Amino acid sequence: MKMPGLKVLLILAMKELRDGLRNRWIAAAIIVLGTLALALSLLGSAPTGSVKASAMDISVISLASLSVYLIPLIALMLSFDALVGEFERGTMMLLLTYPVTRWQVIMGKFLGHVLILFIAIFSGYGGAMLIMTFVSGASMEGWQAYVSMMASSLALGAIFIALGYLVSVLVKERATAAGTAIGLWLVFVVLYDLLLFGVLLIDEDQLIGQQLFSALMLVSPTDTYRILNLSMFDGVSQAAGIAGVASEAGMNSVLLISVMLFWIVAPLAATLFVFQKREL
Amino acid sequence: MNTQNNHVISLDAVSKRYGTETVVSDVSFNIQSGECIVLVGHNGAGKTTLMKMMLGLTRPTSGNVEVLGANPAVTRKVAQHRTLGYLPESVAFYEAMTGSEVLAFYARLKGASNIDCENLLDTVGLSHAAKRRVGTYSKGMRQRLGLAQAMLGNPQLLFLDEPTTGLDPSLRHQFYELIDTLHKEGATSVISSHALNEVEARANRFIIMKSGVLIASGTLDELYKQAALPVRLKISVTPGETSSVAERLGSEINISAINNKTLKLSCFNGDKMPLIRRITDLGDVVNDLQIMPPKLDEVYSHFMNGDIS
Repeated sequence: MKMPGLKVLLILAMKELRDGLRNRWIAAAIIVLGTLALALSLLGSAPTGSVKASAMDISVISLASLSVYLIPLIALMLSFDALVGEFERGTMMLLLTYPVTRWQVIMGKFLGHVLILFIAIFSGYGGAMLIMTFVSGASMEGWQAYVSMMASSLALGAIFIALGYLVSVLVKERATAAGTAIGLWLVFVVLYDLLLFGVLLIDEDQLIGQQLFSALMLVSPTDTYRILNLSMFDGVSQAAGIAGVASEAGMNSVLLISVMLFWIVAPLAATLFVFQKREL
Repeated sequence: MNTQNNHVISLDAVSKRYGTETVVSDVSFNIQSGECIVLVGHNGAGKTTLMKMMLGLTRPTSGNVEVLGANPAVTRKVAQHRTLGYLPESVAFYEAMTGSEVLAFYARLKGASNIDCENLLDTVGLSHAAKRRVGTYSKGMRQRLGLAQAMLGNPQLLFLDEPTTGLDPSLRHQFYELIDTLHKEGATSVISSHALNEVEARANRFIIMKSGVLIASGTLDELYKQAALPVRLKISVTPGETSSVAERLGSEINISAINNKTLKLSCFNGDKMPLIRRITDLGDVVNDLQIMPPKLDEVYSHFMNGDIS
């Protein structure tokens, strides 16, 4: 009797999912995300004004701007403890004597945590979308923009879950992992952008060309997420007042999605590399 | 490949260092299929590290470890693990899960059935607490849950690190019966223990560790021979005759205690039979003769105290 690798992944993922349900994590995330989405969309439907932007497009802009802060935070909270917690408590040792490989442990947890985020984002944001549709109607394009915003939010979450694992596998204690995760969040969500703006302000002679600046934006997963959401759909980019900016800068959705995928795969691969070498 | 020699586990000059500290130093031994090996030693003697190396959780700094013919740290063969049971020294569980949830999770990974889980919970006496969170369990209950998970899926190779700590006597008895049953089915086990008297009857062989060094190994008989501890004899004689008996036995006999009716003697194992013959030759004056071989505890402390010839 052979146990296929996929089945092991599912067993490990379901355990994380059950943990998320048991400790009310998923419920709390759905409520937070749903309430914010609803509040933003109901507020956002008022100032449509002369640009004639749809309520859905406005919501995509405001939710994307909010998600850039919120989703990485939620993802890091889910993941920073995932490995160091099990090392510290001693549960990892026992788990690894079972017919489970180390990559299955990482990927199983990843699958489970992404599933938790998927449920939270798609029920929280998705619920708000349905209410919005009933209240103010929606176009097909508006829906598409909104759904792709949810999907890219999930990808953003997956990036920070993977980064959280990397922190979790590198540090010795849970407290250090928590601190490092907060630091990571500050750097990627706040400091890096501040730094870029600062450079732009100082750089009056335009030493940094547009190409380099675009490249610097693409280094950050959060900026990539922003550009992706604000530029991919015409209605949204017009409402955001940045129509055509991204394509002029040579960014298309394939490039942006590739950058985000890289940010998922690279930290996961690094985590696995460190974990394989680790002795328990 | 050592499987043709019937070696389930084989360690060859294995050492483990953490920084400058040597935890295991140049240890070699083989374990055959169906054996029950007991690792004996004080805390920090390297028993747990040895087990972790056999489980592939830790890699040796030098030397080779082979389990089922493969390096456990490299080949994480699925087949190998299906039939492996491990109870860590201080077992930890997912605290938020209930006892039955924990066991069901591990059972799924090993491909064991739900009926197995219920039976095992019943065997270790945790049925009543199955629906409670593990976080609320006492130390003994955790240990019992630890045993239950180690026994999942009829293991053929068992690693038990201090298995009976925190268990009450009746459960200890039950536990050893369980181990006996698995052995009759051909299982191999490696048990580390302080409780020597308990394992004495079960173990095929002992491996005595001290500060990371293997200082003695062998069957109980072999260890007795190696230790060369004296056999003690106690003879009861007609009251008042002790001094004359002592005289007749001769001055070369080692008499450790003497009173009005009894004499306590000691001799090496090889001299035992001649001495007994001399005692029986004394005739009716001797009422009773008791022979007390050295206890395992004494053998153990002999090796531990380092007076190895």
